[in-house]
Amino acid sequence: MHPSGLYWAWYLLPALVVYLLFMAFPLLDSVRLSFFSDNTGSWEFVGISNYSKLFSNEFFEGVPYIQRYGNAIKNTCVFFCIHMLVQNVLGMLFAVILTNKRMRGRTVYQAVIFLPTTFAILVTGYLWKLLLNPIWSRGFLEGLGLGSLSQPWLGQPETALTAVSLISCWQWIGIPTMMFVAGLLNISDDLYEAAEIEGASKWSIFWRIKLPLVKPVVGMISILTFVNNFNAFDIVYATEGANGPPAYATDLLGTFFARVGILGQHPRGNADRGMGAAIATITFIFLIIGSLIVLNNTRTKEKEK
Amino acid sequence: MKGKRKRRASLRLQNLSIGSHVTLCIWSLIVLFPLWTMVTGSFKDKLSIYTNTFGLPETWNWQNYTTTLTERGSNFPTYFLNSFVVVIASLLLVMLFGSLAAYALARWRSRIPTVLYFVFIGGMMLPIKIASVRLIVLMKDLGLLNTIWSLIPVYVAMGLPIAIFVLTEFVRQTPVEMLEAANVDGASPFLTFWRIVVPLLRPALATVAIYNLIPFWNDLWFPLIFISNDKSKTLMLGVTRLFGEFKTDWSRVLAVLTLSAVPVMILYFIFSKQFIKGLTAGGVKG
Repeated sequence: MHPSGLYWAWYLLPALVVYLLFMAFPLLDSVRLSFFSDNTGSWEFVGISNYSKLFSNEFFEGVPYIQRYGNAIKNTCVFFCIHMLVQNVLGMLFAVILTNKRMRGRTVYQAVIFLPTTFAILVTGYLWKLLLNPIWSRGFLEGLGLGSLSQPWLGQPETALTAVSLISCWQWIGIPTMMFVAGLLNISDDLYEAAEIEGASKWSIFWRIKLPLVKPVVGMISILTFVNNFNAFDIVYATEGANGPPAYATDLLGTFFARVGILGQHPRGNADRGMGAAIATITFIFLIIGSLIVLNNTRTKEKEK
Repeated sequence: MKGKRKRRASLRLQNLSIGSHVTLCIWSLIVLFPLWTMVTGSFKDKLSIYTNTFGLPETWNWQNYTTTLTERGSNFPTYFLNSFVVVIASLLLVMLFGSLAAYALARWRSRIPTVLYFVFIGGMMLPIKIASVRLIVLMKDLGLLNTIWSLIPVYVAMGLPIAIFVLTEFVRQTPVEMLEAANVDGASPFLTFWRIVVPLLRPALATVAIYNLIPFWNDLWFPLIFISNDKSKTLMLGVTRLFGEFKTDWSRVLAVLTLSAVPVMILYFIFSKQFIKGLTAGGVKG
């Protein structure tokens, strides 16, 4: 039996309707909304004024818009760089150990490394917020002779962003680790054996064979981390608050977007939805361009091989 | 000569393994210590948590749990139930719509399904948060704002791409003879689907459920932007409220956090392999 196209269309209909109505359409239509404003109560076309306002010196939260926005972009980039550094270095280290077939207890370690990934970001954030509170940590760290480490890491403008980033890395490290593990397992054993026969040391096997061959994995991790970090909100919300305290030191694009476009500005202003849509649109374009760059680089490398 | 070299090599390997164990043990401590603190701390009380923060509780105090769960006026059971309904409904719809679509995409010989397949798969990389402003307006127009029903269509849309990816691959690998076995008996096409295809898809459907369970259960963003009335809050949104409310009673806060993490943690301990595979493949985060 070869059913007609119309027949199959019925099977596709429910998924297609939900997907188009609640994913594709809102994504595309927010681009349209970014040229509108609903500050007067109804949506009115305002041209590019949301965009020009975002890059202007008009005041927002006591400083020019561009300053607040620029600060959020800068913080997001730092947030991203810390993730890339920690996830790639530690993830690779863990993956090399976990793919060592002579190593015992690999499944247990793997399960532990991956465990925080299953937590709600909110729970992770609250938990670390309590743990890093000096009221708690002081006694414990002094007992270890590390009293100087007991500082309000989340409360100091100089350290808050790094602390939040590391908490986020603590949670997500399992995913890059397992992606590296999958990448390393794809490399055939013959290659290692050949290298060992040639007398290559562990280090040169790592640098010359393992690392170049898992480079595409680094590309995948970059895209994934990039997309997630540029939308990150929960972790800052839980550890610091939607305003990115102290002094906007942890204000990411995600929190900025939420404050401007959805939750309303501090303390209780109205949300500027058109502006929110404009910020989201720019982020969206960033993400597409960034992902394409990474994809392009990984692909040419594959061709060279 | 050869034996000596071999022995030295194995010794070196052992040394490497010791270093590896030390590294992983340190990391395991870093992972498990906060959890230990969370669970043990939830059995302490307001004062003992300050005097004995990281040890085992001297007396196990269950009160934090009993009051959170059963106290009159406690909203925790409502939050929990809301989350439960939303997650189960969303998962069921993802599985139903996903398998219907996957069946058609795998069997329909035409260019249309090829294009549609990529349209769906493209959604795996799209961050739906970016559409939040438009989604709020849409939910308001549909009259769903402030109800748990606003969450379900968004989660279903979020879950469909990966569901269709997994299920379509699975149907493609299933022999056509098996899929068409019931046609001979003159069963209606939908009955064939329901009686033959769905049972065949069962292992793939389990994978899909595991992939989507964590992002649905742990989501804070959409409840936060859609729901402000207390009766419709989900667990994660409720936790933000309770965290603020019990700020000074840390053992109580830890009990709330433990309770909210327990369902997924239990499932993780049972299905850790599938979780690791699923979350890594999907690259799904919170």
